Amino acid sequence: MIRLALREFRTEGIVGLGLVIALGILLLVTGVHVVNVNDAFQTACRAARNCSSATNPVLTVDSPLQHALPLIAMVAPALIGLFFGAPLIAREVETGIFRLSWTQSVTLRRWLVVKLGVVGLASMVIGGLVTWMVDWWMSPIDAVNMNRFGLSSFGYHGVAPIGYAAFAFALGATAGALSRRTVPAMGATLAGFVGARLAVMYWIRPNFASPVNESVPLPINEGGVSFSPVATAAFNPPGVTVPNGWVYSTEAVNKAGHAPTAHYLLNACPAFFNQAPQPPPSGAKNTGPASGVTLFNNCVDTLSKTIHTLVAYQPGSRFWPFQWAEMGVFLAAALALCGLTYWWLRRQYA
Amino acid sequence: MTAVIEANGLGKRYGRKWALSECTLAIPAGKVVGLVGPNGAGKTTLLHLSVGLLQPSAGSICVLGGRPGTTPTQLARVGFVAQDTPTRAGFSIADHLRFGRWMNPSWDAELAVERIKRLGLDPRQKAGKLSGGQRAQLALTLAMAKRPELLVLDEPVASLDPLARREFLQGVIAVVVDSGASVILSSHLVADLERVCDYLVVVVGSRVQVAGEIDELLASHHRLTGPRRGRDALPRHQQVIDESHTDRQSTLVVRTNEPILDPAWTVEQLNLEDLVLTYMTGAAAHDRRPKLEVRS
Repeated sequence: MIRLALREFRTEGIVGLGLVIALGILLLVTGVHVVNVNDAFQTACRAARNCSSATNPVLTVDSPLQHALPLIAMVAPALIGLFFGAPLIAREVETGIFRLSWTQSVTLRRWLVVKLGVVGLASMVIGGLVTWMVDWWMSPIDAVNMNRFGLSSFGYHGVAPIGYAAFAFALGATAGALSRRTVPAMGATLAGFVGARLAVMYWIRPNFASPVNESVPLPINEGGVSFSPVATAAFNPPGVTVPNGWVYSTEAVNKAGHAPTAHYLLNACPAFFNQAPQPPPSGAKNTGPASGVTLFNNCVDTLSKTIHTLVAYQPGSRFWPFQWAEMGVFLAAALALCGLTYWWLRRQYA
Repeated sequence: MTAVIEANGLGKRYGRKWALSECTLAIPAGKVVGLVGPNGAGKTTLLHLSVGLLQPSAGSICVLGGRPGTTPTQLARVGFVAQDTPTRAGFSIADHLRFGRWMNPSWDAELAVERIKRLGLDPRQKAGKLSGGQRAQLALTLAMAKRPELLVLDEPVASLDPLARREFLQGVIAVVVDSGASVILSSHLVADLERVCDYLVVVVGSRVQVAGEIDELLASHHRLTGPRRGRDALPRHQQVIDESHTDRQSTLVVRTNEPILDPAWTVEQLNLEDLVLTYMTGAAAHDRRPKLEVRS
C-alpha cells in the first residue's frame, strides 16, 4: 500500500521537489553573495570602529528577492494544500477510482492512513525545506533587523511552517473529501488556510505565554513622543523596540499605574498647552517656532519625572518555545482534520 | 451451502429518499446471478452495499458470511468491477497489474498477465487510451486476479458494443468455469443476462420484486388468457403478478407451482424477457394505485 501511495504521488512529488530544488539553487547562488556582503561590511566596520547596523549594505542587497522571499515562504504551505491536499481524495471520488481503490484487499482506514501519511510527510518535508532555505538566506538581514519574532515574520522562520504545511495538506484532503470536487476543494483550502493563519496569529499565538511587563523611563529629546491635540490632551509614549522580541503594547502610566489624565497633563505643563492659538507640535523634531519646541521639550522633561512607559513584550528567548507551540497547534489541527476525513468517508462510503 | 449474499430487511436511504428498502434475499453460492431492473431502481446501491462501498441505513447484509468491506480478508474474497469500469487514466496496464499485486495478497500475477496477453493488449499502453471494451476487460482482469470467491459486476457491459459485450460475458463465464466463483452482474437489459445467468433478481422502485433460479421462475409463471373474470375467481395458490382486461377477455400472469386445471384458460409459458417486464410493469402499477384511491 505504501508503494502504491508513493507511485500515485510520483508526478506531484517530482514537480514539488523540482520547484524546491530550483528555489534552492537560486537561494544558494544569491545567498552566498549576501553572506559575502555582510562579511565585508563587518570586517570594514570593525576596522573603522563604527558598526552601526543601519548602514549595513545587506539591507538593500538583492532587493526584489529580499521582498519576495517572505511571500514565497508564506505561500508555499498554501500551494501544498492546494496541489497535494485538495486532489488527494476529491480526484479519487470525481473520477470514480475510489470504487477500484477501496475494494482491493486494503481497508479504507489503512488506505487513508497510508495516503495521508506518505503525502503528509512529503508536505512537511517540502514545507520545512523551503523555510529552512529562506531562513538561511535571510539570516544576515534578520541579524540586523532583529525582528524575526515580529507578527508576520514569525511565520517564515523556524519550525512553525512545518506545522503550516501539514495543516494546509490535511485541510485540502478534508475539503476534498467533503466537497468531492477538486476545484471547490482548492478554493476552500485557500480560504481556510489564510483564515487559520490569521486567527492563530492574532488570537492564539499572543496567549502562548503572558507577556513580560517592564517599565522604561521616558526618553528625553528623542523622536517618538507626541501629544494628541490639546482638546483631548492625551500623551502618546514613544515606540519601544526589544531586540529579537515581540512588543505587544507600550503605554504611558503614572506612578500609580494609570494613564495620565488630561487634567494632569494640563497642570504639568501649563506653558506648553496654553500657547494659544498655535496648535501644539506633533513631535519633538517639530518644524514650528523655536519657542514651541523648547516648551515641548521642557514638558517632556517635567513629565518624565512622574510618568514612565510600560512595555508588554515577549523576550527574544521565547522565540523557539513559541515556534514549537505554533507548530504544535497546527499539527494538532491537522490530525483532527485527518480524523474528520476518516469519519466522513466511513459515514459516506465504507 | 452457505449463501453468498444474505440480506435481511436491508435498506439504504439518501436524505429522505430510500434507494433500496426492505430487501430480503438469500442467494446461494455457485450461481451466476443477474440483477435486473430499470435505471435508478437500486441495483448499484445493492451492489455497493455488498462490496462495502456503502453502509446500510436499515437491516443487515452478510456476504460470504462476513460484513462487507470490514477486514482485508473480507475485501480479498470479493472482486468488484464498478459501473463504467473506472481505471487510472494516466497509468499503464502494467501499472494497474502492479497496483493489483501490491494491494492484494491473493493476487494471481500469472493469470493477470496471461489474460492481458490473450486479449491482445499492450501492457505499456495507458489505461486512458483504451477503448471502452478494453477498459472493461482490464477492470475484469483486475477483479479476477484477486481470485475472489464472489465477483460483483455493476453494469459491466452497458457501454460496450455487441461484440465487446459478448467477449466480456465469455470472460465472465470463463471465471465461473475456472474457479467456481459466484458472480453477480447487473444490467437493465435482459438479453445480456439470459445468456450467462442461472439466477435472477428483479429490482424495481427500490424494492426486490422477485428472486430465484431462472429455470424455476420460468416453470412457475404462466400467462392465462380466457373469458373475462376477476382475480378473486382464481384458486388461492395462484398469485397474480399482472392482469389486464378487455370487455370480454382477461389476461393474467400468475405464479404457481401447481398445475393449472381450469380448462377455460389458454395457458402460455413466459420467456425471461416477458417475465422481467411483467414484474416491472406490475411494480409500476403498484406505485400508481394509491394515487387513484386518494382521488376517489
